[in-house]
Amino acid sequence: MTKVSMTVNGKTVSGEVEGRTLLVEFLREGLGLTGTHVGCDTSQCGACVVHVNGEATKSCTTFASLCDGAEVTTIEGMANPDGSLGKIQQAFQDHHGLQCGFCTPGMVMSAAALLKDNPKPTEAEVRHYLDGNICRCTGYHNIVKAIMAASGQDVSIAAE
Amino acid sequence: MYAFEIETPSTVQDAVAALKSEGAQALGGGHTLIPTLKSRLAAPEKLVALSGIDEIKGVRMGDDSRLCIGGGTTHATVAAEAAGHYPGLARLASLIGDPAVRNRGTIGGSLANNDPSACYPAGTLASGATIVTNAREIAADDFFQGMFTTALDEGEIITEVKFPIPEKSFYAKMLQPASRFPLTAVFVAKFADGVRVAVTGASESGVFRWAEAEAALSSDFSKAAVDALSAPPADGMIGDIHGTPEYRAHLVKVMTGRAVENAA
Ligand SMILES: Cc1cc2nc3c(=O)[nH]c(=O)nc-3n(C[C@H](O)[C@H](O)[C@H](O)COP(=O)(O)OP(=O)(O)OC[C@H]3O[C@@H](n4cnc5c(N)ncnc54)[C@H](O)[C@@H]3O)c2cc1C
Ligand code: FES
Ligand code: FES
Repeated sequence: MTKVSMTVNGKTVSGEVEGRTLLVEFLREGLGLTGTHVGCDTSQCGACVVHVNGEATKSCTTFASLCDGAEVTTIEGMANPDGSLGKIQQAFQDHHGLQCGFCTPGMVMSAAALLKDNPKPTEAEVRHYLDGNICRCTGYHNIVKAIMAASGQDVSIAAE
Repeated sequence: MYAFEIETPSTVQDAVAALKSEGAQALGGGHTLIPTLKSRLAAPEKLVALSGIDEIKGVRMGDDSRLCIGGGTTHATVAAEAAGHYPGLARLASLIGDPAVRNRGTIGGSLANNDPSACYPAGTLASGATIVTNAREIAADDFFQGMFTTALDEGEIITEVKFPIPEKSFYAKMLQPASRFPLTAVFVAKFADGVRVAVTGASESGVFRWAEAEAALSSDFSKAAVDALSAPPADGMIGDIHGTPEYRAHLVKVMTGRAVENAA
């Protein structure tokens, strides 16, 4: 076991991990942050996406010990300080960007990573960026709409 | 996953030393190796993480006007930083997997793995690049030795890849949408002294150069020159639920034509 310390959603945390402990296991089982989901565990679905040093990262395909010293943001870090939904989360609610909600944490984290680099993406750019986020319920249209809305753009033309 | 320890060297020298111990294996971005470990298809006793070695990261122009990419450079960094120097290669990197895969996966890991459907082997072979390791330099023509097989020795680390920059190039990828790998893809590179065409995702022996297309395109760089060729033989092409050997052989010709049409 080795000791690992990182900043998760602005708070410094530490714990003991094995070499094989995945970041998602550390977050969910070590810290109790169960908002990050494991959909496939084979690196394909994107339900487990978090930000590591600002970059969208599959936490099921990252070892916890290699995140020593990193800044990690999870879905729990996306709400406003008063606990109300953050802008992207609210847009998902407003535009019915979720049904069962299983993929949503990863969708929101991917959307946040996209909008950080590209604040006004086109609809095609949103769809391309979501290549690695699989949703089995919505058919994606409303997810794309929500992200267009969160970027402050007209959604009447998107995904109709 | 079976248990293992992870070492985190910060120099190539320390990594090479760590890889000398019994049962040690290099870890790049982990986007091939971690899924492999999860399915218990590999059981290393020790992983030597290359992600903390700054000297093998980054994109720079070499003195001999080759584009030099550190072996530990992520696909996302190549997509962003190679764009001004070698747009065809930057575009190849931008089409690998999805954004999270590109943020972690590295060129060194992709080449060392030599998946028969991976993207970088095509760009590397078509460019006539040189693979630099801690021990030596290997020409791309000698590096790829069949499915999941390369010229690398045990414990040898890819530290850099040097790409001659073609006048024109394009990577035409037919996406297999479930895996996000190519079903079949072709990289065409037009140099002053000839054209190189490399195919991935088609042959059971991994990435290969399509000699007939190279000869035809070297004298006439046009889609018509590709149309006049017959597709390569289906014998030895991959057949699986996604496509028959005949379909893949056909795709080789179609994607070569598209690459030539779009080359810039
Ligand atoms: C969902 C998904 C989609 C993908 N889509 C594509 C795609 O479209 N096209 C594509 O080409 N790839 C694709 N990949 C694979 C991806 O590009 C991997 O990142 C890459 O193949 C391996 O690189 P890595 O740095 O992650 O290596 P790792 O997984 O860490 O290692 C792979 C192998 O290389 C060895 N190794 C690692 N680095 C070095 C080095 N510097 N020197 C020597 N040996 C080394 C390791 O020991 C291991 O054997 C995809 C992967 C996923 C999960
Ligand atoms: S759980 Fe990580 S990609 Fe599916
Ligand atoms: S809302 Fe159910 S998987 Fe996306």
